[in-house]
Amino acid sequence: MNAPAYNFAYLNEQTKRMIRRAILKAIAIPGYQAPFASREMPMPYGWGTGGVQVTASVLTPEDTLKVIDQGADDTTNAVSIRKFFVKTAGVATTEKTEEASVIQTRHRIPETPLTEDQILVFQVPIPEPLRFLEPRETETRTMHALEEYGVMHVKLYEDIAQYGEIATTYAYPARVAERYVFDPSPIPKFDNPKLDGCPALQLFGAGREKRIYAVPPYTRVKSLDFEDHPFEVQRWDQSCALCGTRESFLDEIVMDDHGTRMFVCSDTDFCAKTRGER
Amino acid sequence: MSPLLAVDNLSKLYGARVGCREVSFALWPGEVLAIAGESGSGKTTLLRCLSGHVPASSGKVHYTLRDGRSVALDEMSEAERRLLMRTDWGFVHQDARDGLRMGVSAGANVGERMMAVGERHYGRIRATATDWLKRVEIAEDRIDDSPWSYSGGMRQRLQIARNLVTSPRLVFMDEPTGGLDVSVQARLLDLIRGLVKRLDLAAIVVTHDLAVARLLSSRMMVMQQGQVIEEGLTDQILEDPQAPYTQLLVSSVLQV
Ligand SMILES: [Zn+2]
Repeated sequence: MNAPAYNFAYLNEQTKRMIRRAILKAIAIPGYQAPFASREMPMPYGWGTGGVQVTASVLTPEDTLKVIDQGADDTTNAVSIRKFFVKTAGVATTEKTEEASVIQTRHRIPETPLTEDQILVFQVPIPEPLRFLEPRETETRTMHALEEYGVMHVKLYEDIAQYGEIATTYAYPARVAERYVFDPSPIPKFDNPKLDGCPALQLFGAGREKRIYAVPPYTRVKSLDFEDHPFEVQRWDQSCALCGTRESFLDEIVMDDHGTRMFVCSDTDFCAKTRGER
Repeated sequence: MSPLLAVDNLSKLYGARVGCREVSFALWPGEVLAIAGESGSGKTTLLRCLSGHVPASSGKVHYTLRDGRSVALDEMSEAERRLLMRTDWGFVHQDARDGLRMGVSAGANVGERMMAVGERHYGRIRATATDWLKRVEIAEDRIDDSPWSYSGGMRQRLQIARNLVTSPRLVFMDEPTGGLDVSVQARLLDLIRGLVKRLDLAAIVVTHDLAVARLLSSRMMVMQQGQVIEEGLTDQILEDPQAPYTQLLVSSVLQV
């Protein structure tokens, strides 16, 4: 038990140094997709290998880690990543947002406001927001370099033409520090305003695509929109059936075979806190 | 007045093979020039060099910007050149699929250039796209349809609208009626001729079809084996061709 089977947080120091360099570059150029030599991790792509490598590179023994998936701490994905870091880094873990110093997430930003003492690490499947209209990597790089972002609005135009409103609800593109357009990973657009001016450092890791990007603390993040179709977040008629809040992102849950439905907070920790049950 | 486009001794070599050789001419604002020749004559290579799609091996192309400044294409930054291409220039491909964004609606195709130059008002983009579809004789209610559902002639007209929406001053056309039925060709040529005249556009039209040259252009160049072998007013060349090769082309094609 005393002889560690792994280097602290699994990755060797040289790999961490390489990844930290990419992270520093990403912080220096907010929203820019810095390439890095993504390593094989002991979990399949799609399980957050990019986020795991970023977390492994920023983690220190004093850190307290929280891992969420779809807002919950107890999904298979969140549990296995948390276990991985307990085993390889021996760090403390928590489900309480305000107690965590590093939070790795897929699909959500916690409802509890983050602070300067925290780092939020996103697992990203597809980092390139221009990809759906431009498959060529050389061309998307040029488009970023020359700030040719007109095609992003083509996508939003299509939404309005087809659905009468901007129907994109996840991975809603935004512009970071009035320069790079980026994909905030598959978070709901409900969470986009939380990216803007956030006191915490936000890091994004894409393992398969070998990219890291960042939103440094207190950085302007503006969701793309049209003057006559301004950006809006999702709203619900209901309040959370468990805690009664009207301020959080709600998931619809089917309760039984009769199709009884219930709306509850997707952020389980926030819901428990609001109920006073923790 | 200075020429819109001044071409000086332009050559494009692919290794030892000649794409085009020592081409010089001036294109004036509002003028339509046809470049005629058979396939392999170098006309398409020349068009690609002129429009900045491929770099020339030697020679210069100067373009006069809206503010009157003359710029050499090969001395512009990539950013400037790309901006020029999507504002002041248009390019109509023979195959509309190369010039359209097939994955989005007709309206988005027309609106893209507006968004590319910073238009951020959906209603205005929509109104302008609607207007342009009408101008190229596409029914308003087809605005949200995919170009895949369009006929060949409609796609070509959509491609033209997509290019003209930013009021360019120069449009390059590569066999704009190629591959279309004869009746569709005639309608398209009429439309292009009308638009070019009304908008006072300058255009360079590459074609193997002398009938296209006759209908659209006031001046033409005939190319063979990478070189311009005859140049002059279109009517004169077609009526009284000087070069033997041009005589052959005219006699074989214009009998219809
Ligand atoms: Zn709740």
